[in-house]
Amino acid sequence: MTSPKLLEVKNLRVEFPTRRGTLVAVDDVSLEIAAGEVLGVVGESGAGKSMTGAAIIGLLEPPGRIASGEIRLEGRRIDNLPYHEMRRIRGRQIGAIFQDPLTSLNPLYKVGDQLIETIQTHLPLTHAQARDRAVKLLEDVGIPSAAERITHYPHQFSGGMRQRVVIALALAAEPKLIIADEPTTALDVSIQAQIIQLLRRLCREHGTAVMLVTHDMGVIAETADRVAVMYAGRIAEIGPVQDVIKRPHHPYTVGLMGAIPAMGHKAERLTQIDGSMPRLNAIPKGCAFNPRCPKVFDRCRVERPDPMPAGNSNAACWLVAKEPAHV
Amino acid sequence: MIAFIVRRLVQAALVMLAVAFVSFAMFNFVGDPVANIVGQDTPADQIVELRKSLGIDDPMPVRFGRFVVNAVQGKFGLSYRTTEPVGRMIADRLPATLELSLVAAIFALVAGIPMGVFAGLYPNSWLSRTMMTVSLIGVSLPTFLIGILLIYIFAVILGWLPSFGRGDTIKLGFWSTGLLTVSGLKAIILPSITLGLFQLTLIMRLVRSEMLEVLRTDYIKFARARGLSNRAVHFGHALKNTLVPVITITGLQLGAIIAFAIITETVFSWPGVGLLFLQSVVYADIPVMSTYLVMIGFVFVVINLIVDMLYFVVDPRLRAQGRTSGSK
Repeated sequence: MTSPKLLEVKNLRVEFPTRRGTLVAVDDVSLEIAAGEVLGVVGESGAGKSMTGAAIIGLLEPPGRIASGEIRLEGRRIDNLPYHEMRRIRGRQIGAIFQDPLTSLNPLYKVGDQLIETIQTHLPLTHAQARDRAVKLLEDVGIPSAAERITHYPHQFSGGMRQRVVIALALAAEPKLIIADEPTTALDVSIQAQIIQLLRRLCREHGTAVMLVTHDMGVIAETADRVAVMYAGRIAEIGPVQDVIKRPHHPYTVGLMGAIPAMGHKAERLTQIDGSMPRLNAIPKGCAFNPRCPKVFDRCRVERPDPMPAGNSNAACWLVAKEPAHV
Repeated sequence: MIAFIVRRLVQAALVMLAVAFVSFAMFNFVGDPVANIVGQDTPADQIVELRKSLGIDDPMPVRFGRFVVNAVQGKFGLSYRTTEPVGRMIADRLPATLELSLVAAIFALVAGIPMGVFAGLYPNSWLSRTMMTVSLIGVSLPTFLIGILLIYIFAVILGWLPSFGRGDTIKLGFWSTGLLTVSGLKAIILPSITLGLFQLTLIMRLVRSEMLEVLRTDYIKFARARGLSNRAVHFGHALKNTLVPVITITGLQLGAIIAFAIITETVFSWPGVGLLFLQSVVYADIPVMSTYLVMIGFVFVVINLIVDMLYFVVDPRLRAQGRTSGSK
């Protein structure tokens, strides 16, 4: 990547202190997003994808907290900012889109008022100017007769339309990065593609980078420039999307790609990875994937691999290790 | 919306008719009124005459019809105890009760909502914990005990506030108000706190639990993700979403405040309808009691009607449903 780094996450660790001990939801995650780039983050439920996103935007729900690591936005550290300074970054620099558009909008306010409120929070515009901008934004996200729809309440919009409104809200103050947490999961399949197209088009037009959290490999393949595969709170493999899909290095990624049913092939049974992801309170020693890994060997059971270069990607797997084992 | 209001008005009329029937029925349980009116040596034919002129021997539906027609015109007969028209007795005392109830309700809302919001936003702060604990006392202590305690502290020990009565009042047309004189204002403090304390704790606890609920929702998370200020998130987005249940409870409780002002009025010798009712019970003054019943029923019906309309103001989703069900 030659373009400057917009977001830099280094050795991020998110912990949830509970009565039965501390759960590590995100462990030693490092990733970068360049300006205008789309980074896909995939993984099973509970792999730490959403937690990483929430940590970046500073909205981890208590008692969750960033235990260590750094998050930098354009070189400026943002993980330790006081609440009111982080608030100025949210919406203005980093926008967010959540999974369920049906519940992301406040039911008691007109969509126009929610847009105007967001715009005026971040930009020095008068109410009338903000209103014009709101109409423009709604047009941009493909809402017909936007000038009229602005006075409507969320319940008067369909699910897909509401997610468009949510996207308009996320883009309202031209943030440089949008964290889209499963933006299409709650939508009909036919609408999903439209929303993804829209998100991709808008971000290209506005030069906005996207961190696209999803468990849909198809969406990633279509949309992302690079992809990070997460497993049990860690990054298993990260690299350009074509490399990761076509030449996966980590056995988990291999399994994940193999599990995507292809149209042409008539398979009797769908491929699957045996076993399930360990719970956060029972992550095995060594590589977290070792109990399910078809290529497991001794080193995997004792030593935990960090992401290391593998082709164009980085994979956290001893199979790609070049140097000999230390133990 | 119009259809909804009409439907509600019809319901309200039916409820009032039922209430009127109950209060009408009270008259039939305290013996023969003629026996109370006539002397022991009244000739039998005069008694028959009187019964006829009073219409006591008419069939029940006729008498009930007459009762309703009179009641609608504000004619509730004469009090057995004072022989004054009951309508005027109630009207004279109603302002005192309404002022007391309103001040109590405003006190409960103005103090209860912010306290509830605070306790919802910072559930773990020591202040919230203190408020929650103290509110338990407010919920569990009986009203008369709170009243007596307040009198003891502020009237007897400190001597700051009067222990009974309404202070000086000013006549504004038919309405006598105590809110425009210093002594009247001083006199209303203790009774309204006594009457409103329970409602305050109720509203506070309700707002708190609703806030905790609403703050967990996605739209609050999204509002934060949009970088809105805390004030906008908490008071704009969160508080408004807690209002529907709060309005319901406040409305019902306002009726309850007026109805159950009886105890507070008795403790503070407050010259309102509650006190009048209690005195009437002692004398078995049926016309006053039955009129009081009708009046309280009316207050509840009116408040419920207002509450139902307020829902429409607060929640746009109801407006849409009203429209679709209205167009059927």
